[in-house]
Amino acid sequence: MRRTMGVAAASAVVVLAAGCGGGGPQSSGDQKLTGDKIVLGVLNDQSGAYSELSGKNSVAAVEMAIADFTAKYGDKAVTKDITVETADHQNKPDVANSKAQEMYDRKGVDLILDVPTSSAALKVADVAKEKKKLYFNIGAATTDLTGKSCNKYTFHYAYDTYMLANGTGKTTTEQIGKNWYILYPNYAFGQDMEKSFSTAITAAGGTVVGKDGAPFPNTSGDFSTFLLKAPNLNPKPDVLGTMQAGAELVNVVKQYNEFKLRDKGVGLAVGLMFLTDIHSLTPAALAGTTYTDAWYWNFDAKNREFADRFQQKAGTRPTFAHAANYSAALQYLEAVQAAGTDDADAVVKGLEGKTVEDVFLRNGKIRAEDHRVVHDAYLAQVKPQSEVTEPWDYVKVLKTIPAAEAFRAPSADCKL
Amino acid sequence: MSGFAQNTFNGLVSGAFYALLALGLAVIFGMLRVVNFAHGAFYMLGAFGAYVLLSEAGVPFWAALVIMPVGLGLLGMALERAVIHRLTKLDPLYNFLLTFGLTLILQDLVKLRYGVQSSPYETPSLLSGSVDFGLFDFPTYRVFILGFAVLLCVAVWWVLTRTRIGMVVRAATERPDLTRAFGIDVGRWVTPVFGFGIGLAGLAGVLAAPMRAVNPLMGADLIIVVFAVVVIGGLGSIFGSVAAGFGIGLVQAWGEAYLSNFPLVSQTIVFVVMAGVLLWRPAGLFGREEAPA
Repeated sequence: MRRTMGVAAASAVVVLAAGCGGGGPQSSGDQKLTGDKIVLGVLNDQSGAYSELSGKNSVAAVEMAIADFTAKYGDKAVTKDITVETADHQNKPDVANSKAQEMYDRKGVDLILDVPTSSAALKVADVAKEKKKLYFNIGAATTDLTGKSCNKYTFHYAYDTYMLANGTGKTTTEQIGKNWYILYPNYAFGQDMEKSFSTAITAAGGTVVGKDGAPFPNTSGDFSTFLLKAPNLNPKPDVLGTMQAGAELVNVVKQYNEFKLRDKGVGLAVGLMFLTDIHSLTPAALAGTTYTDAWYWNFDAKNREFADRFQQKAGTRPTFAHAANYSAALQYLEAVQAAGTDDADAVVKGLEGKTVEDVFLRNGKIRAEDHRVVHDAYLAQVKPQSEVTEPWDYVKVLKTIPAAEAFRAPSADCKL
Repeated sequence: MSGFAQNTFNGLVSGAFYALLALGLAVIFGMLRVVNFAHGAFYMLGAFGAYVLLSEAGVPFWAALVIMPVGLGLLGMALERAVIHRLTKLDPLYNFLLTFGLTLILQDLVKLRYGVQSSPYETPSLLSGSVDFGLFDFPTYRVFILGFAVLLCVAVWWVLTRTRIGMVVRAATERPDLTRAFGIDVGRWVTPVFGFGIGLAGLAGVLAAPMRAVNPLMGADLIIVVFAVVVIGGLGSIFGSVAAGFGIGLVQAWGEAYLSNFPLVSQTIVFVVMAGVLLWRPAGLFGREEAPA
């Protein structure tokens, strides 16, 4: 008895010494947080084509999440030392790879967020798997993140090509027109989108009467060949589905209007569009266009309250990517708070199968099977200019696509 | 048939942009022996300037069509006096470093202020309808661009071949030393010619604003093809650059329309043509082999 007491006392001294020593090696037993702090890493495009829709404003959204978390828990928070690291991956997979390694290894990052551009996103998933550190992808569209490239530490948070195609393809076919002409940029993302859309359209009883892969990048900036072809196809398409993104989308839409395809009975559906795209094209150029949105800032009072706070901080209205970055950072911090540790395996365990509700995630659930975060999505339509009453309020939500229908069933390719 | 006519028309419209940009590059190269890699950036500044004038000062398209080329031409002249003229005695590598560096600086300055998102620019209302050609109808704005570009190319050709200024410029372009020996002050013409070339790029930019995405990188994408055009036409050849500009526009449009089952071919066709021309005529279609010194 005396002997065991002595051992216990000695252990306690050792543990205390380690705890107070600071410089000494840290044992995992009493150490809740690595380095006594949480570091969130935002890795995205900060200078190129996607820097407006995510970029620095995603960092602002993550900072809002930290502030809200700290305010909510106060002294009970697992730590008050939560910082953000950011890096520009320039949409290049090799840069994303090395920046992700640097974040996990040298900057002490616990969670990497955002990472638009599918090829870059997949590289970071590999790094997360190798380093056994968490990764919430928000900006990229590829379903491979929850398919053949899925892993235990990667979660796909906001949207994917299936969600876009299923929402826009299915509903537009049912409500607007059955015959489609699909125009896509001829590279991985575009080909993926074309396949997903064709599947969704056919399943909804529609027909793809024509499809063309436009050069990518399209150096001439001209899409007129394809746009002229569309109304002359037989049968004539009711809908032009464009899968172009960013500046190429702007070119397609400008020229769609130039050739007056809407007047010729060919409506427009866009594969992937962000609020910032509508802003730069103006709602007048896009009036009537349908697309699937993962979140819209003026959908309800809750979203609007968030959008108002975001505008105070960032000076603009948030895209769905910004809202998703906020939500992802917040849900991660909640999970660490609940687990009492930032140990990746423990946090993953807490996240898997969890149902979540916040400003971005409506009827949200973090699927354990493939780490797809499912939530309500929205079929949106751009308002005519006459109905736009305030800046950035460009779309109306035609219908809410329930979380259960918005995303695909877990893929057999994914083995966590 | 009407499909072919439409594609041909579109090819010529794309070609009009190539021709205007290539023409500026050709006169600059002829006179200064400088390959201006910053040409795309000035095209972008033309389009961006039109957007800024409209959105921040309410200046309409028609005024921008005059203000931007003149303003950028003056900026070009100032640049020529400040830095470009120092290149003439240096290794051609410095030419690349300086003009490419200028491109990056100009692009990033615009990015810093306006971001990378494309900016909106409406087609002027006078040109927003379409013209019926019987077989097909065509956006008025495109008809305007084609007419305007052809007119401009003819005017430049007329000035160069029918006026005394043109004669001096041509002589100075082709045999600067001999021209000097005749007692003509060649140096006096260098700065205005550089400014003129830059002005053309700015003009092409303003014309592009209503139909292309206006963003800081719009010139960087286009300029690659324009360099292929200049090489095909013959570096420094004024007629060659215009002819090759329209020609490449046509080749691209036909390639996209009739080779759409072979996307790799339609994407690379410009460069295939360039390689073919260089094998066949190393100085380009209308270029002259440099006489041995």
